[in-house]
Amino acid sequence: MILDPIHWAALGVMGPLLAGLVAMEGRPRAIRLGLLAGIGSSVAATAGLWVAVSLDGPLRHPLGGWGIPLGIELYADGLSVLMLAMTALVGTAVSLYSTAYFGDISQRSVRDSPAGRGARFFAPLWLFLWGSLNGIYLSGDIFNLYVLLEIMGLSAAAMVTLAVTSQATVAGMRYLVISLVGSMFFLLGVALLYIVGGSLSMERLATLDLAGPLPAIALGLMTLGMAAKTALFPIHGWLPPAHAAAPAPGSAILSALVVKGSFYIIVRLWVHVFGGGAREGLLVLGILGGIAVIWGSIMALRQLSLKRLIAYSTVAQLGYLFIMFPLLFPAGGGWSPDAWSGGLYHALSHAVAKAAMFLAAGSMTYAVARDDIRAISGVAHRLPMTFFAFGLGGLSLAGIPPSGGFVAKWLLLRSAVEQGGWGWAVLITVGGLLTLAYVLMVLRYAVDQTEEPEAFREVPRRMEWAAMSLALIALLLGVRAAEPLSLLEAGGIVPWR
Amino acid sequence: MTPLALYTAAGVGLFAAGLWGVVTRAHLFWKVLGINIMGGGIFLILLAAPPRLDPLHADPVPQAMVLTGIVVAVAATAVALGMALRVAARTGRPFLDEDVPNRSAGEDDPGSGRE
Repeated sequence: MILDPIHWAALGVMGPLLAGLVAMEGRPRAIRLGLLAGIGSSVAATAGLWVAVSLDGPLRHPLGGWGIPLGIELYADGLSVLMLAMTALVGTAVSLYSTAYFGDISQRSVRDSPAGRGARFFAPLWLFLWGSLNGIYLSGDIFNLYVLLEIMGLSAAAMVTLAVTSQATVAGMRYLVISLVGSMFFLLGVALLYIVGGSLSMERLATLDLAGPLPAIALGLMTLGMAAKTALFPIHGWLPPAHAAAPAPGSAILSALVVKGSFYIIVRLWVHVFGGGAREGLLVLGILGGIAVIWGSIMALRQLSLKRLIAYSTVAQLGYLFIMFPLLFPAGGGWSPDAWSGGLYHALSHAVAKAAMFLAAGSMTYAVARDDIRAISGVAHRLPMTFFAFGLGGLSLAGIPPSGGFVAKWLLLRSAVEQGGWGWAVLITVGGLLTLAYVLMVLRYAVDQTEEPEAFREVPRRMEWAAMSLALIALLLGVRAAEPLSLLEAGGIVPWR
Repeated sequence: MTPLALYTAAGVGLFAAGLWGVVTRAHLFWKVLGINIMGGGIFLILLAAPPRLDPLHADPVPQAMVLTGIVVAVAATAVALGMALRVAARTGRPFLDEDVPNRSAGEDDPGSGRE
């Protein structure tokens, strides 16, 4: 049997999409089958590609035998596999959580309730989203990226509106408008780049000498579009209401995974296709990221809604991902491997920790039926495991050792200090302290036992365990950082230049 | 002025006009329409892409991109209009307002965030 390792890539894209069609059928059995197929295909694809890329370096495959320039190429390297692994890890836990969160949908009364819409459509939307994310990480050409971005944006915005509040509907609509406009900026960039470079393949474009104003404009347009989707300051206003209003498993997916899809495209464009681009552009990205770290954290401290607090924390943590850009290419030339590993490890550890926090917050609001940090008084006592999961996730986010967040922030800090970038170093540290402040604020309310909650709904064990396992993985990422980090270097750090 | 420059200028003009509509018009229908106009501008630029392999025949790749782009735009417009109708049904107005009356509060009520 000849099994080309790239078939794993096809499985990773097609598996969840087909599973989504199955789940669309709507009966509980179909939903369970779809989720299982989605988990199975994504985990298998990630594992297969991890082994193949570690052994042989980057993989390429022209779909249907149609090569460049006409065909669509799949491409997988260490960065792709790391992002796939992040998606599979968080996706599996969230899928399991969702089966308990939406209630027993085999009962007709649950299915027909307004909230039953969430139960009915969460799984198919999430599986389409999963397929599009996997596709983005495996796509070798920029037009393909546009199509997958639209699948991602449509299912993500629809997921927000699954919550039956008018705030959720409005927040989802605003997200959809921002997302579609962002895609249009991206597509305009694609068109200009094609006219200049005559190719859609990112690898081919990387070999061209893309000098002159037109490629720079194209890069600017694409970056602007993707920054809007990644909620980079100052285009972050849509994120907190949307991520907070979505049903808890949806919030976890949006904050942990969806924003990373567009971030990944920015990384590919700036690092791989444009080989660093212009120093000024990198600085602008870094400065906006720095403002996001401070602004997002201060706004998080001012929230009374638990989910809004976590959503503002996402705005802040995404800022770190952009601080990576100026650090990657030091002023004196060259390349900082620490910034590369630190930035992308932050993407991974933030995904795991943030998903754990949103799932735990979902369990807390599920129990007290209110999304208010003053209402979770006594939760630590009633839901110790969920409390612990939230705490572990939060401490990883703040960069307390030993955790994934600590490794990521340490690497970024080391890169900043080595370059003499003291401003960046201070920003990274202050951001960590602010994170610690808002995490401790929530924990203090949860430990408080002065006020007994009036109503307390029993939380399914599966929900508690799903959050806890992610929190433990966030911790594990700090202890076993070597394997994921070595993956990033498979086949050379910047393979296209 | 070469045809490419002419088409590109017209396409960028359409893109900007659409964007203007999305930003300035409050009604959701105009926002969705504006996004479609932005897309139309991009398609115009793509159709003007010069022949690459053979000077007598148009380059097929941008044409394929426009076709795919139209399919995506139809799907996106359908979803966006559907969601706009739901906004109108839930809040009584087809606008993106922050302070909307909450008609049916669920368990995921975002609560009262101080902002």
